[in-house]
Amino acid sequence: MLAVNFLLLAAVLFCIGVFGVIARRNAVLVLMSIELILAAVNLNFVAFAMMNDNIDGQVFALFVIAIAAAEVGVGLAMVLMIYRNRKSIALDGLSEMKG
Amino acid sequence: MAVGWTVNLHALIAQADAEPSVNIALNIGFGLIATVMIFAAFSVVTTKNVVHAALYLVLVLAGVAAQFILASAEFLAVAQVMVYIGAVMVLFLFGIMLTRAQIGKEDGLNNQGWQLGIPVAVGLFGLLGYVVFNTFEDDVLDERAPFPTEQLSDQYLSAYLVPFLAVSFVLLAAAIGAIVLARKD
Amino acid sequence: MLAVEDTHAALELSSGWFLENAWLIALIPAIGFALIIGFGKKMPMKGSEVGLASMAASLVIATGAGIQWMQRTDSASHGDAEAIGGAFSGVRGALSASESGQVEPYIEPVVTQWVWWQNSGLEFGLGSHIDGLSVLLLCLVAFISLLVQVFSLDYVRGDRRYTHFFAALTLFSSGMLVMVMSSNMVQLILGWEIMGLCSFMLIGHWWEDAYNSHSALKAFFTVRVGDVGLLVGTAILFFGANDFAVANLDSNGFDIRAIQAWALSGEGSSWTLIMASSALFIAAIGKSGQFPLHTWLPDAMAGPTPVSSLLHSSTMVVAGVFLVARIYPVFWEGFNIANGGVSFIAVIGGITIVVAALLAFVQDDIKKVLAYSTVSQLGYMMLGLGTGAWLPAVFHVFTHAFFKCCLFLAAGSISHSGSHHSFDMKKDMGGLRKFMPVTFGAWCVSTLALTGVIPFAGFWSKDEIIDNVGANGYTFLFWVGLVGAALTAMYMTRATYLTFFGEPRGAAAGIHHDDAGHDEYATEFREVVISSTDLVAALPKSLSAAANVPGDDIEHDAEGDPAHGGHHADEHDDHGPHESGKLILFPIVILAFLALTSGFVNPTPLAGDALGANLGEGVELLKKYVEPRYEPVAIGEAAGHAGESIQLLELAPLSAAEAGADGKDAYATGCGRSTPEPGTVCFFPKVKHAVPELSKILLSLGVVALGYAAAIGFCMAFYKNKNPRLVGLTERSRIARGGYLFLKNKYYLDVLYQNVFVYFVSRPLAKATYWVNQNVIDGVVNGVGTSGKKAGNWVYNNIDQKIVDGAVNASGTVASETGHGLQPVQSGKVNQYGALLFGAATVGAIVLVILNVS
Repeated sequence: MLAVNFLLLAAVLFCIGVFGVIARRNAVLVLMSIELILAAVNLNFVAFAMMNDNIDGQVFALFVIAIAAAEVGVGLAMVLMIYRNRKSIALDGLSEMKG
Repeated sequence: MAVGWTVNLHALIAQADAEPSVNIALNIGFGLIATVMIFAAFSVVTTKNVVHAALYLVLVLAGVAAQFILASAEFLAVAQVMVYIGAVMVLFLFGIMLTRAQIGKEDGLNNQGWQLGIPVAVGLFGLLGYVVFNTFEDDVLDERAPFPTEQLSDQYLSAYLVPFLAVSFVLLAAAIGAIVLARKD
Repeated sequence: MLAVEDTHAALELSSGWFLENAWLIALIPAIGFALIIGFGKKMPMKGSEVGLASMAASLVIATGAGIQWMQRTDSASHGDAEAIGGAFSGVRGALSASESGQVEPYIEPVVTQWVWWQNSGLEFGLGSHIDGLSVLLLCLVAFISLLVQVFSLDYVRGDRRYTHFFAALTLFSSGMLVMVMSSNMVQLILGWEIMGLCSFMLIGHWWEDAYNSHSALKAFFTVRVGDVGLLVGTAILFFGANDFAVANLDSNGFDIRAIQAWALSGEGSSWTLIMASSALFIAAIGKSGQFPLHTWLPDAMAGPTPVSSLLHSSTMVVAGVFLVARIYPVFWEGFNIANGGVSFIAVIGGITIVVAALLAFVQDDIKKVLAYSTVSQLGYMMLGLGTGAWLPAVFHVFTHAFFKCCLFLAAGSISHSGSHHSFDMKKDMGGLRKFMPVTFGAWCVSTLALTGVIPFAGFWSKDEIIDNVGANGYTFLFWVGLVGAALTAMYMTRATYLTFFGEPRGAAAGIHHDDAGHDEYATEFREVVISSTDLVAALPKSLSAAANVPGDDIEHDAEGDPAHGGHHADEHDDHGPHESGKLILFPIVILAFLALTSGFVNPTPLAGDALGANLGEGVELLKKYVEPRYEPVAIGEAAGHAGESIQLLELAPLSAAEAGADGKDAYATGCGRSTPEPGTVCFFPKVKHAVPELSKILLSLGVVALGYAAAIGFCMAFYKNKNPRLVGLTERSRIARGGYLFLKNKYYLDVLYQNVFVYFVSRPLAKATYWVNQNVIDGVVNGVGTSGKKAGNWVYNNIDQKIVDGAVNASGTVASETGHGLQPVQSGKVNQYGALLFGAATVGAIVLVILNVS
């Protein structure tokens, strides 16, 4: 099996995830797109671990999974709070940071 | 090779263990899973139904777990299934329900300027594809037995002990933070 | 995980527990900071006890390290005498004829270092590098910090962020100590930035007031401009020195000793050295408030007075000076100080002395006068360093810390107890010597020290700088230094006069600034204006003060004035001026004592014949213990067989000494003058020391005396002219006050006063007085002649406001316009930001790929 297989698959997932982050308006969907990006990163880590015959890549992949879990927990809590405050989770309504 | 569409993953792996050369069956299995993953991922970012998006995401993450097995990372595959499909997806579904998303099709899930994402994603993919092909064109991943899990745990409890502890603190902080954010005062 | 690397001394030098464990000096305050932040609010004294205890512990260890450093130096001298005694006994006579009397070996600093982190074979250490300079500053910083914290106990009592204040002070001390003891540039930057952060936090301590918050930002950003220079300079030094350091000293290009050795080895190109020293000096300009970037320092006075005292006068602002002193060889070679090159440092220092001293004339805020004075004194230190007078500059850092800290604490004491939290000398002070005798005494001692009057500390250091500047051939800068000394005497006289002499004004007279502040007429004519709220209580004292203008018999006001007691009864505890509490006076008195005596640490004129004392070189403690010796050191010598190599090495300076004995220049060769012998490295250049002469001492004292005489003369003339009229005025206004008792309305009084008395009788006199006030006080006394004031104003308006602020504003405008242009991009929409982020990253990566492929 070629290393390129994994890496290209990861690249495709990553780009789809980026598209999702940019295109989606619903906050939950944006979080899901971020999960896609992280999954792509994990694929890369594991592929490189296999390629170099070194387990460190897998170690990092597990770290990424842990951080992703934390991120989803906090992210969804924030979405809930936004929903409670504004009755909407449309991200384009959140433009208080407008310069 | 007479491997049909109903290819069994375990059979594939057994075959991989038996023949340590470039394995066409493995490649075909990879291709199938990859196709499903890409389709599902694409659906996640395009579907008009939020619940469907979550279910498609399950498919993508399960595919990632399968790919982990192909890349001889069994422990990670199990962790992926348990953490993502078991926990994260439940969180997502709760999130969807608590924010009272419409069950069924819904308009307005995309931004007004969502088309902007297309050139960015395509450009990014072009760049990544070019770089990946240029750099790892001929690198072959040798077939090998899965990394033993104790090797992983050895790493965690020796060289990566401090980051490991740090991650546990991050998880704790995230859990507390999520509670603080989400509770009603 | 951690490995201790002890660098053993080449000679058999004594060491000791305190020297080896000097890192504790910085660690203890850091732990103290964490404790205060974590648990301070629950402690009985709100965390201040932790701050005090940690500073006291630091001071103890620093003192121990200082004593052991002195023992180490002494042991080197003895060991050296034994080692070379036999072999070179024949030439010792010739040697003792040379300047130093005997060949003094280079004293290896005690370096204790841990590997902090490493990257591709490059190890970044964290530890202590103890030599004379760092020991001196460690003791100084720990000592001043302790005293300032004692002062703060009372001064900021009841503040709403009391705990945080002590936390920040302690963290600041920790940062400064880390920087002072740093063994490599990375650690130096670490300490440097901690100080910058603490400075920001402490200037903006009362951030609810927009002015304070802006001042904090201004200080932070201005210093940050200079910090870019520090990073660039460190990078240049690293790339320049790394190969040399790895090959010869088994360290890397961040190591300070390696940088020193490399700079003097002659291996670095002069261009590299010029670039590095310019970049690093820009950092010093920012931190030490030198000329173009000095504007933040006066604004930094927005912070609480202990902060001004600790950070912005005595310790933090000398960080730039310390940086230059620490890696002095780089500047020595970069700016060609050895051959009398007109260096960037000296020029900037000279400009700063005069510009800042002139600016001090036009300030009404007592702390701003002191701030500009600090800038001016820092200019002296830079001038000294820029002209090869390393030791006098470091000495001035030492003495200046005591007397300037004392002056600031005295100003704090005045505002705390004398002027109702005002710092305005013209509005709220005057006549305070009666009320605050201890503060006044300390202020006078420190003023005399600052202006360089003979037995006081400032004389020994400042005069030595000026003397050495002249002796090193910088005649013009020598005169600049003298002019600066005269200007210092003048503006300090003005400040002293306005604060302590004359009649009480505003808050100093027991009047609420808020009530009386707008009544310019009354304050300008020094008529005692009585606020309507406190009329009855305030009146008797005001009357007595007004009645006793010529006389001196109102001393009793200081303690036992009945009106004063009456004030204590009402809601304003510190309404009228009174002496501060013991906790405030204690540090002031100690500092004043040191302002008087600390100069005797290194009284160079007493060591020679200049003052007829000739106590021998033994009295020059700093020269012996602080200044690194300029002897070359063999590379890679272990402690065991150092004796032989040292003996061999003595040959090189011997020949130099003999050349000196022949009557030619003893400074033609030696470290920093010529390339060191192969196999040896130098760590410090061979700096010249001027031999003090009575004529020069008399000249500088004369100039200072001239400054005093001019300033006092104008003051006295003015007040002798004015006093009869003023007494006349008060005699009449006493009757006016009789009416005032009935009317109980000060505006009514003013109308009466103006209509009945002043308009017919006093108005011409008043007008004349007013004219004199405007044209003589401001024009003559303030600047000793209108030229002084005009020059000050001109500098302030044109250089400070137009050029410097103009440049700052212009950059602000450019940024603002760019911001407006980019405003649509800041839509506030997360998705657009994401698109921009990823798009920009993609474009950037594509560009990189194309560049790499083609």
